[in-house]
Amino acid sequence: MRKLLLTASAIALGAAVLPASAETLRWARGADALTLDPHSQNEGTTHTFNHQIYETLLNRDVEGNLIPRLATEWYVKADDPNVWVFKLREGVKFHGGQDFTAEDVVFSLNRARSDKSNLRQLHADVADVVAIDDLTVEVKMNGPSPLYPNNITNTFIMDKGWSEEHDVVEVQDFAAGEDNYAVRNTNGTGPYVLQSREPDVRSVMTVFDGHWDEKPAVTEIVYLPIKEAATRVAALLSGEVDLVQDVPVQDIERLSATDGVKVETGPENRIIYFGYKFGDAPLKSSNITDKNPIADAKVREAMELAIDREAIKRVVMRGQSVPAGVAMPPFVNGWTPELDAFPAPDIAKAKELLAEAGYADGFTITLDTPNNRYVNDEAVSQAVVGMLGQIGIRVTLASRPVAQHSPLVQNSETDFYLLGWGVPTFDSAYVFNDLVHTKDGKYGAYNAGLYTNPELDEKIRSLGTEIDLDKRNATIAEIWKVVKEDRVLLPIHNQVLAYAMKSNVNLEVHPENQPLIRGVTYGE
Amino acid sequence: MVAFILRRLFQSFIVMLVVALISFMLFRYVGDPVASLVGQDTRLHEIEELRQRLGLNDPFYIQFARFIGNALQGEFGISYRLQQPVTELIVSRLPATIELAFASALIALVFGVVLGVFTALKPGSFASGAIMTLSLIGVSLPTFLIGIGLIYIFAVELQWLPSFGRGQVTELGWWRTGLLTESGRRSLILPAITLSLFQLTLIMRLVRAEMLEVLRQDYIRFARARGLSKRAINFGHALKNTMVPVITITGLQLGSVIAFSIVTETVFQWPGVGSLFINSVQVVDVPVMAAYLMFIAFVFVVINLIVDILYYAVDPRLRVHGIGGGK
Repeated sequence: MRKLLLTASAIALGAAVLPASAETLRWARGADALTLDPHSQNEGTTHTFNHQIYETLLNRDVEGNLIPRLATEWYVKADDPNVWVFKLREGVKFHGGQDFTAEDVVFSLNRARSDKSNLRQLHADVADVVAIDDLTVEVKMNGPSPLYPNNITNTFIMDKGWSEEHDVVEVQDFAAGEDNYAVRNTNGTGPYVLQSREPDVRSVMTVFDGHWDEKPAVTEIVYLPIKEAATRVAALLSGEVDLVQDVPVQDIERLSATDGVKVETGPENRIIYFGYKFGDAPLKSSNITDKNPIADAKVREAMELAIDREAIKRVVMRGQSVPAGVAMPPFVNGWTPELDAFPAPDIAKAKELLAEAGYADGFTITLDTPNNRYVNDEAVSQAVVGMLGQIGIRVTLASRPVAQHSPLVQNSETDFYLLGWGVPTFDSAYVFNDLVHTKDGKYGAYNAGLYTNPELDEKIRSLGTEIDLDKRNATIAEIWKVVKEDRVLLPIHNQVLAYAMKSNVNLEVHPENQPLIRGVTYGE
Repeated sequence: MVAFILRRLFQSFIVMLVVALISFMLFRYVGDPVASLVGQDTRLHEIEELRQRLGLNDPFYIQFARFIGNALQGEFGISYRLQQPVTELIVSRLPATIELAFASALIALVFGVVLGVFTALKPGSFASGAIMTLSLIGVSLPTFLIGIGLIYIFAVELQWLPSFGRGQVTELGWWRTGLLTESGRRSLILPAITLSLFQLTLIMRLVRAEMLEVLRQDYIRFARARGLSKRAINFGHALKNTMVPVITITGLQLGSVIAFSIVTETVFQWPGVGSLFINSVQVVDVPVMAAYLMFIAFVFVVINLIVDILYYAVDPRLRVHGIGGGK
């Protein structure tokens, strides 16, 4: 009798669970992952895809906080400030059935910092990785590295045995024309198992029964790259897909008003800013041939006063942006509302400043902008051309695909340019290192304006090894103060992300644009 | 005939070489492939290393020679973006494009000939006028707009047909076909119509013009005088003689349908070589772009060859001339 009862309740339970246990989510976005080899590319779309299948030691939630994943605890070793200790989760299995141990973490971190890995920059300060026991890993750094945990939210853990078996111990060297097993096959610890993959067409993943965490509501993911935005939106409207990422801003309003469809928006971790050439040498693209007008602080101030960020938000971005006065998104350590404040546009004062600087008649300059990289990038630049024109700065717009724009910026061959910058570590040092520090060797890679300030450089370098967080934050504040007063960068806005979905699907926008499908729930 | 074909083959080879040279030269100005391969984290010296490893710092003629050397062995390198051998990528995408191209050519040919004949036989009727007007609109609307319009009507509003993709596919050896499943056939309809509209209009106008021309000929009048049935005159005598230019145009257009299905494939997310190409252009995936252009050149060369040979079969006058020319 008791057995019968048990069976009956099991059936009842099964019946109750059944409807929810077979949910397929058809997920469309603009591009496909480049590779499934988790350490080969450091690129958002690729990481997003791999996050469903592989897991990292730490992760970020939708507020941008670090949360435990395969590591349950992490801390700087008590007697050695150069060592980070990671305590690993117990009872985690790979899709192939192998146990997850410290050896896998050692193997994966070493793989991620090997020569051919595109992630190695994030692990540049690692000296050695050691397994202490099955569930403890110590990462020895070259010096105190207070922010190392911020760097590993996209470093996926692979199974050592599987990698050896399939000869993927080394990261794929695609430049040498290599193809490898891990590019198309996976063995992660994540909530979903890859079932099939056709690059650019469709990939199917099903829920992993042996996963350590709660079972997700979505049991099958059909991932569909649809390049053309209009088609992507149409596929949602026609009910052929359930979730659309990379929704164009001009469609948000229309989609929100459509029955059965809703749009979630949220700020993206990406600042859009303008940079310009510092230094005494005259600009290549200007009619002022004896000096560089940008070098004059008054000119930079005049340019900022001429720009109407709210108008750009309203007209160009259709309300889908967050105007910014500082070159970092609000998630980033060091951000304050005071820094983010910006002056109201003031054409009269801007003209006055230009005249004081000796450019009463204005000057000419060329603005380089990408036209296929950021949301409405070319349109933002066009708007700025018009705004600067009002104070006599005659701007010629040179618009290019990002593949042609990037080299200009990297080689500092531009006088005035638009660029977007994400801050994956969520810390100001990341912005300073590449955009503010004098361009030399390891630093200033994207400091296309060649701004240089030795005093700041020293402070920026000190951030890398300062473990007293209060002191460190004080330094960050000092650096930002100078960067903002000097108008080293001219920030415009932070981008806003939009996901459109069927109205019974619930998914919040992730600041790094990495939605985790295991977090999807279903409403009424 | 053999000499003719050999001569054409040699010409084809030269054409291919020129295409390779031009495409290779062009791609040097498309942008820096490395820029899209690396993230913002990548150090500049690493970018330089990567350029070195990819051989992008070599002089142009060395890069070109290497490309030709590999191409002659059917080897087009590795796609920078998808990191798979380019030849494999193109071969795996080809069935989708070929099925789409043939479906649209079929639609264009059948409807083009039927409507062309109809408008030629009944030139003054209201229906003919309507068809001619509609064809003008069809030919002047851009493919992109037609595609989006069809998606909006048939996928979003009526929900009869899928808006993107190829549906369920079946593997027949290396050929992956969508024709054997219902969802595959349904997925084919909208893109095939979109791609066929331009060709359809072209063929229709051509058939109409040729037919009107032929119907004025003396031998048609004689046939009428002999009391032959209208049907026999129109289809037995007139239509047959309008087919030579139609075959030429259809053949040539088939080439351009395969080559320029890019827009249609992009709008419908059709997983063929056209969408592969456009995805590659944006990230400056030079190996794929170069291989694709070579492939398209090859298609045109082969189709031209076939069209020339078909002339021989259809038109006896050419055969005589051809043999005479061969002497």
